[in-house]
Amino acid sequence: MQEEIVKNVILGEEDDYVINMGPQHPSTHGVLRFEVSLQGETIKKVIPYCGYIHRGIEKMCERDTYPQIIHLTDRMDYLSAHINNEAVCLCVEKALEIEIPERVSYIRTILDELNRIASHQLWWCAMGMDMGALTTFFYGLRDREKILDIFEESFGSRLLHSFNTPGGLMHDVHPGFQKRIKEFISYFRRKLPEYDQLLTDNVIFKERSVGIGVLSREDAIQYGVTGPSGRASSFSCDVRKIEPYGVYDRVNFNEILRTEGDTMARYKVRISEMEESMKILEQLVDNIPAGDFTAKMKAVIRLPAGEFFQRVETARGELGVYIVSDGNKTPYRIKFRSPNFSNLFIISKLAIGFKIADLVAISGSLDLVIPDIDR
Amino acid sequence: MDNSTLRQRLEELTVNAVYPVNKQYTEIIIPAESYHEFCSLLKNSQDMLFDYLISLTAVDWKDHFMIVCHITSTIHRHTIIVKTQLSDYGDPVADTVSDIWRTAEFHEREVFDLFGIRFRHHPDMRRLFLEDDFGFPLRKDFTDESRMIVK
Amino acid sequence: MGVKIKSMKYEDFKDNETLELLNKSGSNILLSTIDNIINWGRSNSIWPLTFATSCCGIEMMAAGAPRHDFARFGMEVYRATPRQADVIVVAGTIVHKMAPVLKRLYDQMADPKYVIAMGACAISGGPFYYNSYTIVRGVNQVIPVDVYIPGCPPRPEALLYGIMQLQRKILGEHPMEGKTDAPVTPPEEKNA
Repeated sequence: MQEEIVKNVILGEEDDYVINMGPQHPSTHGVLRFEVSLQGETIKKVIPYCGYIHRGIEKMCERDTYPQIIHLTDRMDYLSAHINNEAVCLCVEKALEIEIPERVSYIRTILDELNRIASHQLWWCAMGMDMGALTTFFYGLRDREKILDIFEESFGSRLLHSFNTPGGLMHDVHPGFQKRIKEFISYFRRKLPEYDQLLTDNVIFKERSVGIGVLSREDAIQYGVTGPSGRASSFSCDVRKIEPYGVYDRVNFNEILRTEGDTMARYKVRISEMEESMKILEQLVDNIPAGDFTAKMKAVIRLPAGEFFQRVETARGELGVYIVSDGNKTPYRIKFRSPNFSNLFIISKLAIGFKIADLVAISGSLDLVIPDIDR
Repeated sequence: MDNSTLRQRLEELTVNAVYPVNKQYTEIIIPAESYHEFCSLLKNSQDMLFDYLISLTAVDWKDHFMIVCHITSTIHRHTIIVKTQLSDYGDPVADTVSDIWRTAEFHEREVFDLFGIRFRHHPDMRRLFLEDDFGFPLRKDFTDESRMIVK
Repeated sequence: MGVKIKSMKYEDFKDNETLELLNKSGSNILLSTIDNIINWGRSNSIWPLTFATSCCGIEMMAAGAPRHDFARFGMEVYRATPRQADVIVVAGTIVHKMAPVLKRLYDQMADPKYVIAMGACAISGGPFYYNSYTIVRGVNQVIPVDVYIPGCPPRPEALLYGIMQLQRKILGEHPMEGKTDAPVTPPEEKNA
């Protein structure tokens, strides 16, 4: 029954009440448009329309050299910018078959996890704000500023760093780097229980999220929903465990899986992931080996002819980078398998039968970043 | 299954398939007529069970198109790259796999939008990002003087 | 000079075009007390529209966060509907599909209305200027812009500085005669 509703995209019935959400809307987290057909307040059909920020990054990359592509990948999923950069760097390094120094892998993994915590903090603040709890906006962004201070001190930019480059890093980290991270961990450990007190145990929040938008495991696999949204439906998809990169095979951390698959489960997975990221940081921050910050690379990077694929785990799911090279200094074709593109289209299935306010809760819990959908 | 066992199994199942060299994953090029049947075999046979389609995309090689799928199995944890070649460059058509993996429906819409490749039996063959009268930008012969400034 | 602002030096504001516009709108003549009060009220309570397309939107949210608070400048209340908003801060890239939507939002706003172009993408297309086939190279091809804030993304302090410049511009206006629109640059002709 639900399959028929999703497939019938022509708005057929005469007395459907169709409203339009977006592209400019406070809760869509970007420029996304939903056409919602309602009966009273209950949703009968939701169709997402994307493309309002399609900038043609894949075509642009065909004319840029490999170090220049890094700056464009920053701007796709800007909340996990460092992880996007690392994906392209790893793919290029795999193609050239070079060994990067240990120090580089450790620092890259540490910055990955910091970026993941920062991204989840922003998700938490936006989710609370969508549901009307404005306090979360202030708490989340206040704590996020501490991480952005570390970034700014290390490489000069708060949001879009482009610190990775094929072969290593742009420059070495400053000597106070480890001390700053330890200060942050002790600060945030005290603050994370406040997040639980504010939202997780709140009666209104529970009413609006338990049992709303249930995603089954088969659907998660069929639609390719990865990241915390997939793990909340017990789909074990963490690329850090399946195909480890960096130093993820040497640290202990749990993959958080839940079985309920509703909005509250997706929420709890992300809160627990922040705790897990802090555990990874504690294991790594004191053990950074000394060494070079980059491997020796030629001035002009040419990949050998062939095809290369690399998967990484961003804060929202699995990012795949597929490079087709014909031996030049620019790629012949580059494709980014972005996590938000697959996560978006499950909304048509999840929101049916719920109220219009639940659509906001569901899209907040899926944590979509719209420029990543359109690239 | 590791790459060599998988390759042997695939050789038992298919004729006319080509196996390019790839150091990372097993890669196979299937002729376009048996593409759909091969994909449903990959999903349903018990020792392979490829149930999660990572990405579906296309590459323009100037005289033919190549559809590339990266598929993995959540149970056996092996990965395969399935390719198929579309020889008609002017009006390329391929079979859809959206009845096998639901996420392919949206990846194929994106491929249609950017390359112009149509998919037979697709439930909703519409453009995704661009307007209806736009060309197909990711083709190698695409130029748009009024909108692009090429460096 | 009819512009009376205590904290900023006039030499900081060296843009000739804007000076001419200020002169044209009648600031040479001393503004009366009532005009001053009206301008003071308008400049200290500018209400923005929630409009964020991409990365600059996060820095705009960070400018509203507790560390760099723009509620102290009066911009605290975000309005979701353009009919109640005064300023639209275009934060992010605009593409061809989104440009008619932006024009429509701007038309729905009531006078006096202002536009701040935040970030390199809104000023001129930014990192996507070359080789992109869908982007609009600068928001001033669609709507008239008052303040440009460079950066990719600009720091929240840069956004605060831009807001202060906008307040300064409002203080020099003649409130009864309406705003002098900055000219809209037509799309550039491509040279053969």
